[in-house]
Amino acid sequence: MADVTLDAKGLNCPLPILKAKKAINDVASGGTLEVQATDPGSVADFEAFCRTTGNELMESKEEGGVYTYVIKKTG
Amino acid sequence: MTDANGTNAKSMSLIVTKGTLDWAYPPFILATTAAAMGVKVSMFFTFYGLALLKKDLNLQISPLGKPDMEMPMMGMHMKMPNVVAAIPGVNSMATTMMKNLIAKKGVASIEDLREAAVDSEVQMLGCQMTLDLFEMKPDDMIDGVELAGAAAYMENALKSDINLFI
Repeated sequence: MADVTLDAKGLNCPLPILKAKKAINDVASGGTLEVQATDPGSVADFEAFCRTTGNELMESKEEGGVYTYVIKKTG
Repeated sequence: MTDANGTNAKSMSLIVTKGTLDWAYPPFILATTAAAMGVKVSMFFTFYGLALLKKDLNLQISPLGKPDMEMPMMGMHMKMPNVVAAIPGVNSMATTMMKNLIAKKGVASIEDLREAAVDSEVQMLGCQMTLDLFEMKPDDMIDGVELAGAAAYMENALKSDINLFI
């Protein structure tokens, strides 16, 4: 179970990323954020977001149209 | 890559020249996303783009002269001939349709994206010349807008990693 969870289902670009950025501010360094989204474009976006911000994308999966990402805050 | 404070050494400047509902999206989407990725962002609003800084936004779209604008409608895609698009009332009808689509598809409103940009400390520069030209008042603008000119933009642009004209 992640330290913080974010429901971004039904939201379109760039809202899942903007909300994830806000949510990750509440995560302690080394902690995790789980994001659920339905935007198919969020797959590439969360990969790029994590690469650029240096956070670790520990998990990225899709099930029944819902994408789940687990991000470890490294900063 | 960001440092321990979540800040990125990179920066971006945008020139925003269009104030229609559709063209308001690219600059605000890029500005907010860049800020979320630790990029320092400066937006320079000039000509019709300056209207995007008004306290009360009344953004519209027009299908006139836009053969590339296809709106989904009843399972089909509708393109509007210019002779129809020129009829009074069509702009407000198209604007209402677009706003309904935006809400239905979970796309952020421009008001929300602009607020997110302000919250993430995106610099908002308003073009003083445009303000004078169109007889707008600083009081009509949202808080935090700095009025400036081309030289202020150039200073930002010269030290930015990305410069976009939208």
